[in-house]
Amino acid sequence: MTVEEALATVRDPELDRPITELGFVAAIRTEGSRVRVELRLPTYFCAPNFAWLMVADARDAVAAVPGVTAVEVVLLEHFVSAEINAGVAAVSDFAATFTGDTERGLDPDLAELRTTFERKAHVAAQERLARALTAAGAPGDRLPAMSLAEAAGLVPDAAAAVARRRERLGLRSPHALCGDDGMPFGADQLPGWLRFARTVRVSVDGNAGFCRGLLETRYALARPS
Amino acid sequence: MYSKDGQSYYVVDGHTHFWDGSPANQINRYGEGFIKCFYDYHSNLSPEEYKWSLEEFERYPEERMIRDLFDVGHDDVAILQSTYLTDWYVNGFNTTEQNGEMAQRHPGRFVVNGRFDPRDGEAGLEKLERLHERWQLKGVKVYTAEWKGDSKGWKLSDPWAYRYLEKCQELGIRNIHVHKGPTVYPMNRDAFDVADVDDAATAFPELRFIVEHVGLPRLEDFCWIATQEPNVYGGLAVAMPFIHSRPRYFAQIIGELLYWLDENRLLFGSDYAIWQPKWLIEKFVDFQIPEDLQSEYGVLTADIKKKILGLNAAALYDLDVPEQFRVAAAPGDSGPTIGASPEPLAART
Repeated sequence: MTVEEALATVRDPELDRPITELGFVAAIRTEGSRVRVELRLPTYFCAPNFAWLMVADARDAVAAVPGVTAVEVVLLEHFVSAEINAGVAAVSDFAATFTGDTERGLDPDLAELRTTFERKAHVAAQERLARALTAAGAPGDRLPAMSLAEAAGLVPDAAAAVARRRERLGLRSPHALCGDDGMPFGADQLPGWLRFARTVRVSVDGNAGFCRGLLETRYALARPS
Repeated sequence: MYSKDGQSYYVVDGHTHFWDGSPANQINRYGEGFIKCFYDYHSNLSPEEYKWSLEEFERYPEERMIRDLFDVGHDDVAILQSTYLTDWYVNGFNTTEQNGEMAQRHPGRFVVNGRFDPRDGEAGLEKLERLHERWQLKGVKVYTAEWKGDSKGWKLSDPWAYRYLEKCQELGIRNIHVHKGPTVYPMNRDAFDVADVDDAATAFPELRFIVEHVGLPRLEDFCWIATQEPNVYGGLAVAMPFIHSRPRYFAQIIGELLYWLDENRLLFGSDYAIWQPKWLIEKFVDFQIPEDLQSEYGVLTADIKKKILGLNAAALYDLDVPEQFRVAAAPGDSGPTIGASPEPLAART
């Protein structure tokens, strides 16, 4: 695995897309076995907790690349760049960095935040799957009882996308569509749930588009045609 | 006022600013970063012919604002939202006093909204009373991400916030505009989380909570609480300009909002000087949900647009709308309202 491939596994938790695809990786500088990665975000005030997660994830991902002996990941031009860069480099945690609290260890709140957004990503992916199934001719009354395996036979890409989100969540469910607990929806529940899931999907996709636009404006990047 | 195709629209611009973000007023790099962030929003979403230079954007003369809003911009009345940010700007970004002083020179044009910060404690409660006496406030804008010394933000559900909301209720300040922004508090939680609005709206049913930029980037969370709280409204500042650069996304946002709320609880706002009302209003009046999305979202009628552009805000601020701009009270074609509604459904049919 290369450094670039490792960074492609790091996702913006909110936008549910790889940081490489979002244009957040400004530079990768390699000197022998030492690697420095520079990250940039769409605005100076992007949420610091998400920024922290991306910087920390990038460090962990690059550190796992064979042959890399030292990693430095720095966040550029952000209102708490200095705090985040120093905190991540010291393998501290988010709360400790911002409160001066020296007690180290897992950051349960940050882990919960990540899970919240992974659940949203799962909901949005399932909405896309339901939409793809309908477009492929699956009757609406088949959806509640459909298995993920059957869905994969009809629309492999959309089903694989759902499977990937479940893997990240550690959620095992044989159903094409399920709640956060893995249980399927009843025929009477599903339409209402799908309606809300659509709002989640519109929101996630919309934010990704907006953030990409702001990054292009901030760094005067060429817009993809 | 804007007229097109035989329809006339009374326009209340629900979100405008008369700010000073110039380097001379900046205290630190946060002040500089804040105005630059706004400027990127402006540059990214404005049509080419409406873009300003950063210098123009940092501080603009009163005459320009009057021209952009009223002479060419179609606004009948504009609501000035106060944003203090005194940890970042020497004289504040735009305070109630600065806004009020300007508004006095243009009678009938502006509604001046105050602000409070629950971290000001008892002294702040008195200050709010004095602001109210001076400017007869009907609304306030609160910015939960505002910094104050070591504190990097607060929540509407904080006990002191409740004290201030009680004070608003007592003074008859019924319109609470809530602006969520990125902050480092509450430390590890989602900074844009609107759950505290839900709590406050339940606790203060007589107040109206206008969530600015409809909770973006948490549109789904905003929709969810708005379905449950009849006194939660959506301010369309920031959502509106997508009409130019990403019209399909705009159609989806407005479609989602009309589905979960209804057309009586959405308020137009330009967020001037980030965007200018002229093009937003003209494009919105011309706008229609794309045909392939109409089966999901329905269509926007002239009555829906009239309510969003001015009539809804006029109702919240007791503005007298001339007869020719009014619409029948019955809702338009936004489909069945899923959530709560500001009036009993029976009264609207």
